[in-house]
Amino acid sequence: MSGIHDFTLASARDALKARKISAVELTNAHIDAIERLDGQLNSFITRTPDQAREAAKAADETLAKGEGGSLCGIPLGIKDLFCTNGVRTTAASKILGNFVPPYESTVTANLLRDGAVFLGKLNLDEFAMGSANLTSAFGPVENPWKRKDSDAKLVPGGSSGGSAAAVAAGLVLGATGTDTGGSIRQPAAFTGIAGIKPTYGRCSRFGTIAFASSLDQAGPMARNLQDCAILLESMAGFDPRDSTSVDTPIPHYESALKRGVKGLRVGIPKEYHVEGIPAEIEALWQQGMAWLRDAGAEIVEVSLPHTKYGLPTYYIAALAEASSNLARYDGVRFGERVGAPTLDGLYEASRAAGFGEEVKRRILIGTHVLSSGYYDAYYLRAQKVRTLIQQDFLKAFENVDVLLTPTAPSGAFAQDEKPTDPVQMYLNDIFTVPASMAGVPALSVPAGLDARGVPLGLQLIGRFFDEETLIAAGHAIEQAAAFHHRPTIHAGVSA
Amino acid sequence: MSYRITGSTGEWEIVVGLEVHAQVVSEAKLFSGASAEYGGEPNTHVSLVDAGFPGMLPVLNQECVAQAVRTGLGLEAEINLFSRFDRKNYFYADLPTGYQISQFAHPIIGKGKVLVDLADGSTREIGVTRLHLEQDAGKSIHDQDPTRSFIDLNRAGVALMEIVSEPDIRSPEEAGAYLRKLRQILRYIGTCDGNMEEGSMRADVNVSVRKPGETEYRTRCEIKNVNSIRFVMMAIEVEAQRQIEVWEAGGTVDQETRLFDHVRGETRSLRSKEDAHDYRYFPDPDLLPLVIEQSWVDELKAALPELPEAKRLRLEQEYGVSRYESSVLCVEQAIADFYETVARGADARLAANWMLGDFFAALNRTGRSIEDSPVSAEGLRELLGLISDSTINGKIAKEVLEDMVETGDSASAIVERKGLRQVTDTGAIESAIREILAANNDKVEEYRGGKDKLFGFFVGQTMKAMKGKGNPALVNETLKKLLSE
Repeated sequence: MSGIHDFTLASARDALKARKISAVELTNAHIDAIERLDGQLNSFITRTPDQAREAAKAADETLAKGEGGSLCGIPLGIKDLFCTNGVRTTAASKILGNFVPPYESTVTANLLRDGAVFLGKLNLDEFAMGSANLTSAFGPVENPWKRKDSDAKLVPGGSSGGSAAAVAAGLVLGATGTDTGGSIRQPAAFTGIAGIKPTYGRCSRFGTIAFASSLDQAGPMARNLQDCAILLESMAGFDPRDSTSVDTPIPHYESALKRGVKGLRVGIPKEYHVEGIPAEIEALWQQGMAWLRDAGAEIVEVSLPHTKYGLPTYYIAALAEASSNLARYDGVRFGERVGAPTLDGLYEASRAAGFGEEVKRRILIGTHVLSSGYYDAYYLRAQKVRTLIQQDFLKAFENVDVLLTPTAPSGAFAQDEKPTDPVQMYLNDIFTVPASMAGVPALSVPAGLDARGVPLGLQLIGRFFDEETLIAAGHAIEQAAAFHHRPTIHAGVSA
Repeated sequence: MSYRITGSTGEWEIVVGLEVHAQVVSEAKLFSGASAEYGGEPNTHVSLVDAGFPGMLPVLNQECVAQAVRTGLGLEAEINLFSRFDRKNYFYADLPTGYQISQFAHPIIGKGKVLVDLADGSTREIGVTRLHLEQDAGKSIHDQDPTRSFIDLNRAGVALMEIVSEPDIRSPEEAGAYLRKLRQILRYIGTCDGNMEEGSMRADVNVSVRKPGETEYRTRCEIKNVNSIRFVMMAIEVEAQRQIEVWEAGGTVDQETRLFDHVRGETRSLRSKEDAHDYRYFPDPDLLPLVIEQSWVDELKAALPELPEAKRLRLEQEYGVSRYESSVLCVEQAIADFYETVARGADARLAANWMLGDFFAALNRTGRSIEDSPVSAEGLRELLGLISDSTINGKIAKEVLEDMVETGDSASAIVERKGLRQVTDTGAIESAIREILAANNDKVEEYRGGKDKLFGFFVGQTMKAMKGKGNPALVNETLKKLLSE
């Protein structure tokens, strides 16, 4: 445990402050790792090594003066859904072509303000639509983990699959993700890292390419919750340019790690014991309860009666919004244009060529549920059910402080095991979607390996804007689980 | 008298409702900080939000909300403390996001009314169904290149108020009067400049016809985007005619959207109901519901200027002018203000008379508006003062006003310069009259013989001899005295 790739974000920060290592050294080591490993992983869509070296140099100058923000000199990867000034931003779609935004998203601007060094833009499912990172126009991302018994390429989860893979493989010290129905938590679980989906409104959506506006929320992905806490504190904050961002103080999340869980009431939603869930997932869940109980928490069964409606209503609400949000990609002002003699022809040709299969499927579903004659039956109903789901959580939180559930119904599956039925694929989000629908914060921490040696995660769900309690409970699991496994493909492992 | 169109099967009544799109007077657009000013080089008043760039989000401009509330107050309408923005989805090249942000299910303003004055002196109340805020689209320009269209997004995102009337309008005249009154109210409150040439006020006209006495409405057609009051009135007339012909030929009117061609004087089908867009309205998830406080509405109400109806009544009462005079003076706030400046410190009725007569004539002749009038309110008041204190008579005053318009000199300066001071010296008047009578002995005989009408002749001759400067009352009095000698 002494190599440069053994650093966590927090320990790298401390080493940089103490000048035990320079930002340039740290950055170069990560750029080297990306060059060595990312040909295989494909976690980056755009690499920005020159910019990163410049930024690292500047960070060293700042650090030399004893100054610098919380992330000064820390190499990060940015999900390619965040617009970055002067750096191509694709949403992993062909339709954006070589779109280079002349503006910076608020979240990445906050990270830059605190001194972060960006190594590039990370791969994802096209427009964040997917749970396996198989829908990217820039090719699938490979999970750095391998099963014990096979060399099959595993998916990293999605949609923040590039972020998850890059963090897990040690290509970056942390990454931004976005979570609409589980897009941070599920890939974090699949790659053995930590990820937080903050409360809706905690991080500004300004400059982040929209999938489903009422659900999209940016969050951190890193090796552990301490790293996530450091990142979240930088990313979060009120932004007058996002009407749905909330003006409430940003706590020092890192301090929450030490709080412990003594006396904490942990709810176990009985409806999450779904049929067909693998025994080892159920066993891990039980283990999680035991760890928290041992650490002083009280385990309480709770009911979230509308859980079973979470997935179908999510796919109505999210896709309705997506169908409208993606209307702007029409080939008229930016991105790819396929010429045609008429305006409608231009739309049809540009959108047919620019969007992938899954995105088209979702636009069609979303358009359908908003159509005259179907709106009441689908969209309006889904909105009502969404309110009920939210009330489920509010009611449960009258009695408990956090909820504990599995993050995903399985570990990472192989790329060629991808379900052919899209609905089967959507089931990956079954445990993550309800918290998204309610807008409450949730996180995933690595908790163990399955029988084939692939990581599994546990999810904690908390009260609105109470990320601190989540972090405290999550850290208790981290300590108990002592998850120090490493993936097969890792920067610290010499080939 | 009710307006009726006579067809081959008898009389028809028309039923009209208007949807007016009024551009909100504001510095910035409804959801972005870009300038909302009219004109400018193409695509210079455009923010990344207006252009629908990825990740851009709308932020509501509070001033536009205040303008909508003020307008609602001016229409004596319900102000909805809860309203919401929806997305109206459709694809068009000048609609960058692929949806227009509008208020579909929950508009900010509910039911209100507009009182319209008709030519026969009667007044009618036209109901307002609702007013909502929405974004304007950009402009597509098709006539600059044979194969390509150009897009100007300066207008994209500018705030509009869509003001929907009840189907209460029964004649082209009422439609015109409604639009004029609405424009007057908007201009008074300062929420829309009402400039139809620049497109800051446009109307969609819903027209149907029915037999007098029918209680149900028949199918209506919507005529889109008519941009002058005159064209609205013409469009109603020709569309009603068309529908009557369809009904009378045994056909049925189809619900459709039509365009008015003022050159040909006809309406043409744009799209049928079957081709109507499915706008897939749903609440815009980028914006929170709009919740406003009653106390804020009260503040806006307290700061509202005097509205046309109230002003008209007050001028009648305060200055003793007629209802007609008052309503003409109140057409524009600036005219009413001008009038009040003149009338305070002058004979108020004389002031009304002069403004509506010679003063407006002078404005028309010079092509000036009240704002850049060649004669100031103070200048006109001085002129009227000279009439009231008998320095000059009315006839001379007309001449002085013309001089004022031309030279910009003050009334008293002109009177002095031209020596127009009225002659009130009875001796001078008497000698002038004696000369006239002596030169017209025959007429004097006739007058004394009973031909009273000749009195006017003597007055005219006397005034002519005195170059118009004789005091009319003294001239009359002296003439009577000398003729009866």
